[in-house]
Amino acid sequence: MSNENSTLYSKKNLPGNFAKIGQMLLAVGLILVVLAYFVDHTRSAFNNLILLMFLTSIGVGSLFLVAMEYLGGAVWSTPFRRITEFFAAVILVIPLAAIPIYFNLHDLFHWTHAEAVAEDKILAGKSSYLNETFFIIRIVFFIAVWFLFYFLIIKNSKKQDSSGDPKLTTRNIKLSAVFIPIFGLTITFASIDWVMSLEPHWFSTIFGVYFFSGTILAALAFTTFIVVYMNEKGLLIKGIKKDHYYSLGAYLFAFINFWAYIAFSQYMLIWYANLPEETFWFLQRWEGGWMYISIALIIIHFVVPYFGLLSQPSKMNPKRLMFMSIWILFAHIIDLYWLIMPTYSKDSVPLGWIELAFPILAIGAVITVFSIKAKKENHVPIGDPKLKRGLDFRL
Amino acid sequence: MTDKKLYSLTAVFDKPDDIINAAEKVSDSGYTKYDINTPYPVHGLDGAMKLPPSKLGYSALVLGLSGTFAAVLMIYFMSVYDYPIVIGGKPFFALPAFVPIMFEITVLAASIGTVLTMLFFFFKFPNNSHPLLETDYMKLVSVDKYGVSIQADDPKFNEDEISKLYNDLGASKILPVYWDLEEVLYEHKIVEPKFLGMLALTAIIVSGTVYFSLNKLMFMEPFSWMMEQEKLSPQQKSEFFSDGYSMRPPVEGAIARGDLPYQFADKPEMAAKILSNPLVSSEENLLLGKTKYNIYCSPCHGYFGEGDSRLRGQFPNPPSLHSQKLRDWTDGRIYHVIEVGQNVMPAYNTQMTNNEKWATILYIRALQRSLNAKESDL
Ligand code: HEC
Repeated sequence: MSNENSTLYSKKNLPGNFAKIGQMLLAVGLILVVLAYFVDHTRSAFNNLILLMFLTSIGVGSLFLVAMEYLGGAVWSTPFRRITEFFAAVILVIPLAAIPIYFNLHDLFHWTHAEAVAEDKILAGKSSYLNETFFIIRIVFFIAVWFLFYFLIIKNSKKQDSSGDPKLTTRNIKLSAVFIPIFGLTITFASIDWVMSLEPHWFSTIFGVYFFSGTILAALAFTTFIVVYMNEKGLLIKGIKKDHYYSLGAYLFAFINFWAYIAFSQYMLIWYANLPEETFWFLQRWEGGWMYISIALIIIHFVVPYFGLLSQPSKMNPKRLMFMSIWILFAHIIDLYWLIMPTYSKDSVPLGWIELAFPILAIGAVITVFSIKAKKENHVPIGDPKLKRGLDFRL
Repeated sequence: MTDKKLYSLTAVFDKPDDIINAAEKVSDSGYTKYDINTPYPVHGLDGAMKLPPSKLGYSALVLGLSGTFAAVLMIYFMSVYDYPIVIGGKPFFALPAFVPIMFEITVLAASIGTVLTMLFFFFKFPNNSHPLLETDYMKLVSVDKYGVSIQADDPKFNEDEISKLYNDLGASKILPVYWDLEEVLYEHKIVEPKFLGMLALTAIIVSGTVYFSLNKLMFMEPFSWMMEQEKLSPQQKSEFFSDGYSMRPPVEGAIARGDLPYQFADKPEMAAKILSNPLVSSEENLLLGKTKYNIYCSPCHGYFGEGDSRLRGQFPNPPSLHSQKLRDWTDGRIYHVIEVGQNVMPAYNTQMTNNEKWATILYIRALQRSLNAKESDL
């Protein structure tokens, strides 16, 4: 504890009701989810997929943001990197959300039905990739890799709190350099396996990038919300100011545009080529009421946050940032809903308490994981050699 | 020296932190007409100088949006009004296809427009001089020093006070900057023969170079190899034949191999009587017929010839191919329909080879038999 920074920092706990809200959401969510499984099994399984993808977004996306900071040598985000690390801990609960999927494979994935594959040339052709054994192996592998890098990177970061050893930063930079391409591949294939294969005849080569853009946006939104919230209450460390807010806002803004860019690219190429084996996926999302969700998605996921964060002052305004972060999380859930649910119900938009139960559980789980972590550990990487520069950061 | 008028008093600092500190102190002391010059953008200066956010963003927004609007108008004029062409079966006003162009033109208009706004409104073009240019001060701060310059027309300007402030702040050098009288007296006009002359010269040189390199240089072959030959290229005029065509039509009455012209164009009864199917209904022929039928005929006639078209009412539905009439028709009569079409049904003579047509007919026969089997089929 000889580090110069540690004198500046004294840990302040989160308000008590913060953890309580998380636990309450978690409990309510859990009860509703169990109930939902009894009421409508298949529908719950599809919603469970949304839950799984959401947790993956937050956990793995946050770990990616941490790795980006190390690899890019960024200093502005160092003072609150620990917050993002807490969110990365959501990786640890991904398996819990994935287990129900394993027991419902037949309800979710058409390609798991051997009879269907046998009489379908296209599925038969894809069966060397899309078969249950390989699927399970892949999922276990993805989760294992995420666990591995989570523990490696976070361990070094934590160790630095007491030792302040700059070598740990170097080690994490190397780890990040390995992790980022692996992240790119695992997130792509995870999205292909969990979401794209719901329509096993359909394919889009940009799908992984599409999911990635939403992932980072959601992870970033959680970090932004908590950082602004805690900093406004003075629970972080002195020195986080408008310049940091602006950077977070700009990061969000960049990914809002990136998402729109990728979403539009995917749509335009398929619309232009007009091949029936590709267009049906978008047609599904234009018929039986899904049209409204599709249009709402454009407005909620792009138009509103775009104008909400366009001007410079809005990126520095704490209220605006917090509102937009929550908005973006909501948009990400809609995005996942739009990706997954049309396979469950083609002719109508299923909206009921079941669709609420899983997001409640998701948010509750994230907040609970966060508050457990926040209770045990420092909120700021006090041993990080970049911390001082990060606090001095100016635009 | 005495005839020179003071423009500003400048100070040079060695470290970026010093300049931020200096900027804060200078603005706190109430000076309003001053500037900071650094070799690279120093983070935090805007805040230290208490500069309000730049207004340039608004001009970028307006220009960008006018770019979007102009792009829509332009594409609308071209693809909907002036020269409408159906591309890939899309409507003339195909918004998704326009979006990339709208996006690019928005960015282009915003960026070029912003630079021009900056030039004309902020730098007051055609003014191209500034008293700080080519001073020792500017030379230092363009390399590795950080400078502040307080202008003489600042209401609080007082040389001694400012020198003292600079010294307190730890300036490494204090330099007065004077107006260059020649520059002060010079009147800038937008129509300046010298300037316009230079502009014209630049335009000629640039366009000339581009023209030469794209149209001439690119086509100069170092070796012509066998590109130049004593022969006529397609479409070239022939000096030999009196009609001037270098591409000769075949001799009258010549028939390409395997391509007997159809002789019964307006005599369906003759076709029905004389033409007969040269193919036997082998598995191979039937499979060929099935493929061709599914490609060419099924969109309108349905996969099983029942007239259930897949065109969703965009083309009149044909009658069933299972009618008594059709079953009584000879192969030659059906061949005739494929060859010349019938009313709204287009002719397929150019799309299919003769063999394929006959194979298709075999397949149609098989379809017919599937619904109306003969006793001998049992
Ligand atoms: C563009 C749609 C279209 C396609 C493709 C098409 N047909 Fe037709 N066909 C029609 C229509 C419409 C009629 C009815 C024409 C009329 O009004 O007499 C017709 C009529 C016919 C008839 C006469 C039926 C009768 O009862 O008079 C035959 C035989 C026939 N088609 C065979 C074919 C074959 C063989 C092919 C494939 C090579 C084919 N058609 C492809 C639209 C089509």
